[in-house]
Amino acid sequence: MAVATKTDGRDGTAVLSLRGVTKTFGAVAALTDVELDVAGGQVVALVGDNGAGKSTLVKVLAGVHTPDAGTILFEGREVSIPNPSAAQHLGVATVYQDLALCENLNVVENIFLGHELAPQRLDEVAMEVRSWELLKELSAKIPTVRIPVASLSGGQRQTVAIARSLLGDPKLIILDEPTAALGVAQTAQVLNLIERLRERGHAVIMVSHNMSDVQAVADQVCVLRLGRNNGVFKMSDVSTEDIVAAITGADENAHSRRAAKSAAKDARSATDKEAEVS
Amino acid sequence: MSTAGAPLPSLDLQDERLLQGKGRRDIPRLILERVRVGELGALPVVLGLVVIGIVFGSLNSVFLHSENLVNLLLECVPTGVIALGVVCVLLLGQIDLSVGSVSGLSAAVTAVFFVNKGIPAGAAALLAIAIGLAIGFLYSFVFVRLGVPSFVITLAGLLAFQGVQLWLLGKKGAVNLPFDSALVKFAQLDFVPKTLSYVFVVLAAGGLFVTGYLRARQRRSAELSAASVQALLVRSLVLLVILGLAVFYLNQDRGVGWMFVFFIGLVLVMNYVFMRTRFGRSMFAVGGNVEAARRAGISVRRVYTAAFVLCTGLAAVGGVLSAARLAAANQQSGGGDVNLNAIAAAVIGGTSLFGGRGSALSALLGILVIQSISNGLTLLDLDSSYRFMITGAVLLLAVAVDSVARRSRASSGLA
Repeated sequence: MAVATKTDGRDGTAVLSLRGVTKTFGAVAALTDVELDVAGGQVVALVGDNGAGKSTLVKVLAGVHTPDAGTILFEGREVSIPNPSAAQHLGVATVYQDLALCENLNVVENIFLGHELAPQRLDEVAMEVRSWELLKELSAKIPTVRIPVASLSGGQRQTVAIARSLLGDPKLIILDEPTAALGVAQTAQVLNLIERLRERGHAVIMVSHNMSDVQAVADQVCVLRLGRNNGVFKMSDVSTEDIVAAITGADENAHSRRAAKSAAKDARSATDKEAEVS
Repeated sequence: MSTAGAPLPSLDLQDERLLQGKGRRDIPRLILERVRVGELGALPVVLGLVVIGIVFGSLNSVFLHSENLVNLLLECVPTGVIALGVVCVLLLGQIDLSVGSVSGLSAAVTAVFFVNKGIPAGAAALLAIAIGLAIGFLYSFVFVRLGVPSFVITLAGLLAFQGVQLWLLGKKGAVNLPFDSALVKFAQLDFVPKTLSYVFVVLAAGGLFVTGYLRARQRRSAELSAASVQALLVRSLVLLVILGLAVFYLNQDRGVGWMFVFFIGLVLVMNYVFMRTRFGRSMFAVGGNVEAARRAGISVRRVYTAAFVLCTGLAAVGGVLSAARLAAANQQSGGGDVNLNAIAAAVIGGTSLFGGRGSALSALLGILVIQSISNGLTLLDLDSSYRFMITGAVLLLAVAVDSVARRSRASSGLA
């Protein structure tokens, strides 16, 4: 396949590759020719301003929306994801921003919701043991799995949601704004979780607005702007400023313009400004 | 993972933040702690029943007589079965206001087809139940496909099916069931033989112990914490003694009615469905967070449909039983306070009106409270006006207790 050869030359084999994905809602082009590659054991941050198309892209991958054009390659095969269960079947797990947990159910019940073992005579013991295994793998700090999720903190809930997404041993995990509503300590906890997912060899796509989180865990940053790719950066050779510039559109951004000018004049003063911006 | 000397705690008790009882002496403290944070369980209802027993027992000596209690238990059954159905829809955060009418219609169908059309009683009862199930399908269709709130659908049903009931009963307005029919015998005259009743008691206590023991063994082999054999034994013995005494006392008169045993059986079946099946779990999930349930792959529509069908189906069963108990179906069947008593019973027993919390046991406990009050007030020769007022006050009290408990759960982070 001609398209598949494009992934060659990358380090690691891509779990997911998007080529020319386009989605329009009526007269609005939400996504235009979007490309994205994620390999196993790699964290790709998907960033962009409001309305950049991040959510639409996530929904395309989760099977909520079907793209109008373009190809989705999953482990080298061209696939279509017509509905959420097809996504789950492929091995794509999505953790939405609102987590979608039932507050009245306990941790085990939430992790296994919809996938209970032995439907006619629930195997509570096996489910509890498996829940502990998952939580331990994530080094999760949850004192007991037999309390309602309502009594857990935001970070702990995020942990439960991520543990649930691991249940089917997915290849690709999509985290939608995993740290948006969290405090400092809890954010650190969730970032640790993401690192652990990478260690386990999962491909991770993280949607985020928070540049310091992105810099902390991402290997690669994919910037969307107005529904188009606006650059894919390796985290090791990009500054926050460059990412912000790509998100906002460099030409229209006073900060980045000034930074670019000063950088040309004097590298030293540019680093000072960078400290100022961040 | 190795702790020198001390045995490794069970897989689920390794977090140092867990406050756990270390020995028998901690049990009262743990119970107090649970009450403080609002995990009341069945405690308020059981206390309420004791208070009711003391109050009415002291006001009228007949109340605690075994003859009266035998009748009381039988009286509980029709509305109790209806309340069991109400629990199903309340768990989803929905309501069925038409259970009274559906039960009335079902009573009328049973009586009319059995007595006037001459088909066998069992077939007539099955027909009535089938109609009940069909009504549930209709409700769920309107609810799921058209999105009409269940409150409005069932309010319409309340009126419409009462109309059908009146139309079926015709000008005479009442149909009497012959006393020698199996249906009436079942509701009025069939009692469990005394020896068999004790066998049931032993089976119940033994069953509680065996299931508890097997579960504990399974948990222990999976390195999870489990109840000790002593605790399980104590629990079963307490049940054995309480049930044994109750049955002994009832056996001083006619004993335990088969209809009541049937009700207990239904409660146990529904309890199993709620607690131990994927379907039951998905009911709690839908009641807690519909969107989460949907994203977890639960067919929310199917869960709603099943709940409405279960509710109206059980309401129809309750209607058949009430016709049998009364040996008649008339224009008042299922009218008056049946509707509210059934819903109140579920709520008093501890099923939340807001969905996601409740149990099958709440129907049993709730109806015992309601029926005891109603029975006690009747014995005191009080007018039904007082009965309504007092039942209303009790309902408010029960919901208030639930709300306060919910608030303290919320403040201790358990809501």
